[in-house]
Amino acid sequence: MIGFISYLVNGISLGSVYAIIALGYTMVYGIAKMLNFAHGDVIMIGAFVVFSTVSGMGLPPVIGILISVVVCTVLGMLIERIAYKPLRHASKLAVLITAIGVSYFLQNVALLIYGANTKSFTSVVTMEPIRLADGALVISGETIVTVIACIIIMIGLSAFIKYSKSGRAMLAVSEDSGAAQLMGVNVNSTIALTFAIGSALAAIAGVLLCSSYPSLTPYTGSMPGIKAFVAAVFGGIGSIPGAFIGGILLGVIEILGRAYISSQLSDAIVFAVLIVVLLVKPTGILGKQIQEKV
Amino acid sequence: MKKALSLLLVGAMTLSLAACGSSSSDSAATDSTTAEESTTSESTDAASEESTGATFKIGGIGPLTGSAAVYGTAVQNGAQIAIDEINAAGGINGYQVEFNFQDDENDAERSVNAYNTLKDWGMQVLMGTVTSTPCVAVVENTQADNMFQITPSGTAVECIQYPNAYRMCFSDPNQGTESAKYIGENGLAQTIAVIYDSSDVYSSGIYEAFAEEAANQGLEIVSAEAFTADNNTDFSVQVQKAKDAGAELLFMPFYYTEASLVLAECNSQGYEPIFFGCDGMDGILAVENFDTTLAEDLMYLAPFVASSEDEQVQSFVSAYEAAYGETPNQFAADAYDSIYVIKAALEGANATPDMSVSDLCDAMTAAMAEVTYSGVTGKDITWGEDGEPNKAPLVVQIQDGVAVEL
Repeated sequence: MIGFISYLVNGISLGSVYAIIALGYTMVYGIAKMLNFAHGDVIMIGAFVVFSTVSGMGLPPVIGILISVVVCTVLGMLIERIAYKPLRHASKLAVLITAIGVSYFLQNVALLIYGANTKSFTSVVTMEPIRLADGALVISGETIVTVIACIIIMIGLSAFIKYSKSGRAMLAVSEDSGAAQLMGVNVNSTIALTFAIGSALAAIAGVLLCSSYPSLTPYTGSMPGIKAFVAAVFGGIGSIPGAFIGGILLGVIEILGRAYISSQLSDAIVFAVLIVVLLVKPTGILGKQIQEKV
Repeated sequence: MKKALSLLLVGAMTLSLAACGSSSSDSAATDSTTAEESTTSESTDAASEESTGATFKIGGIGPLTGSAAVYGTAVQNGAQIAIDEINAAGGINGYQVEFNFQDDENDAERSVNAYNTLKDWGMQVLMGTVTSTPCVAVVENTQADNMFQITPSGTAVECIQYPNAYRMCFSDPNQGTESAKYIGENGLAQTIAVIYDSSDVYSSGIYEAFAEEAANQGLEIVSAEAFTADNNTDFSVQVQKAKDAGAELLFMPFYYTEASLVLAECNSQGYEPIFFGCDGMDGILAVENFDTTLAEDLMYLAPFVASSEDEQVQSFVSAYEAAYGETPNQFAADAYDSIYVIKAALEGANATPDMSVSDLCDAMTAAMAEVTYSGVTGKDITWGEDGEPNKAPLVVQIQDGVAVEL
């Protein structure tokens, strides 16, 4: 029983990281209608910035995270401005390929700067782990911080979209960008804002990911990025609560599958569940039913 | 804009050429790209060709980019040191040696492409490939061409399944067996948990041999959990299972990158078994920013200890440090020895560069039976017909943040 709870806690912790990353995917998809496959690599850049500032230059973690958020926000807006905006009216496929290109570009830039050697990331969380049931159940400080951060971000983001003017502009653009433009919403700046928020979240996700799993290479972001994309699809891409639920579920299924079915097949189980969900509900758990216009 | 860019590129190229002209040890700067690398080695060799006429052309293949780049770079650097030493001492049988190292990104298909590129260049002997999976693909080609091949670090059994192929390091099964023997004979533990990478032939190969020998030694494997290359950051489940099974020793047949995560996870779960690993652990202390106290008391099989007082090791380590500014790992050491083994085989065969690839291979394989080599990864190493080296394994333990021979 304690084993099960422990697995569950680990699953929620992993899922929370997926959820934060998935929020970035889902926002960009909902508003710009594009899959930003470079998102995972922005996470990696965010983690490297913290690594350089905190472990390298000895700045306090809070300052390091703030710098990382700023760097990633600027980076996200730059990527959008340089790589995606000129392709706004090009085919979906062209944008997708560009995103993959940006992803490789970021990986290789990091490879050039930091080299291929694995760096050990010092956790920014200093909280002591909670030990329950005579040490049989250990909940690490990272887990607690990750889960809380994920919930705060989720609630904050939902409130922002619902109540703020720019948030409502985002909603309008995601409904119908043409109509939103006619009503006086600046579509370009709304999309830029989306990328800024998504990338700021990526910086936070990067720090939390590397605090929980303290290894950092230029490829750190790619696999969690793909998993988070799956989580976003799982929960219904374009939906913010969907990304949250999808992320948590994915993490829990992955860990429980690894614990009780097979440690080798955990990915296979995750993707099998995804296939089943998509067969039953093609738009994901919370996805909107969109009538295909002919 | 375009003009400025092309000027910049021309400038960079001239600089790299100038750098290699001045000193040969600079020719393999750690981060230089493959393209640059081939230009540099060719230009160094252009000079030597004038003086002696013919040269031996040794090719190398390994990952210089991608996630395994650290191994390929180490092999390239280690081999370059041996090549420079040999050339400075008058070459092999009086002929200078050319070395050309190509990137394969740890990908089997690219590795075969790299092999073909090297053949076009005129390679006569192959030192490679660095990693197992590409090596298994390339050995099919060297066998078809009957080219002499020695892999510095390809540990899978199939890497050297043909008579033309040799190995410098231990094979996977060999490491698994030796580890189990060591644990059993020294009575380190009775109950053992294993975590291994099921997507990697190196890791699963060691695990299988380990499990077999552990049974002979009367050791009990209480938990065996796998992970895969796509799933190698979260070890909470595997560690917890080992902990719940009450294993006294955790056997970790995988690379230090994952090991640093497993050690951190054990620490956060408050699990303190004896940690035992294989040669992939070599390098864990060099992980940037790694809390070395986590690795305290970790034991592993290592073919090479940079802190060893052996004269050959010391001269290699100081040459490597002078050239690349870091301590060589076992990959660099294996590569260094591999080049000298090629030299020994060429000398034993009295080979000349005008021999065909196939004749060279036949002469060298015949000579290998007689070769007894002492280098930085072992003393009095001999090779059997199967291409496996006979050498004693070394067990090291991390004590106060330093790897010490046991």
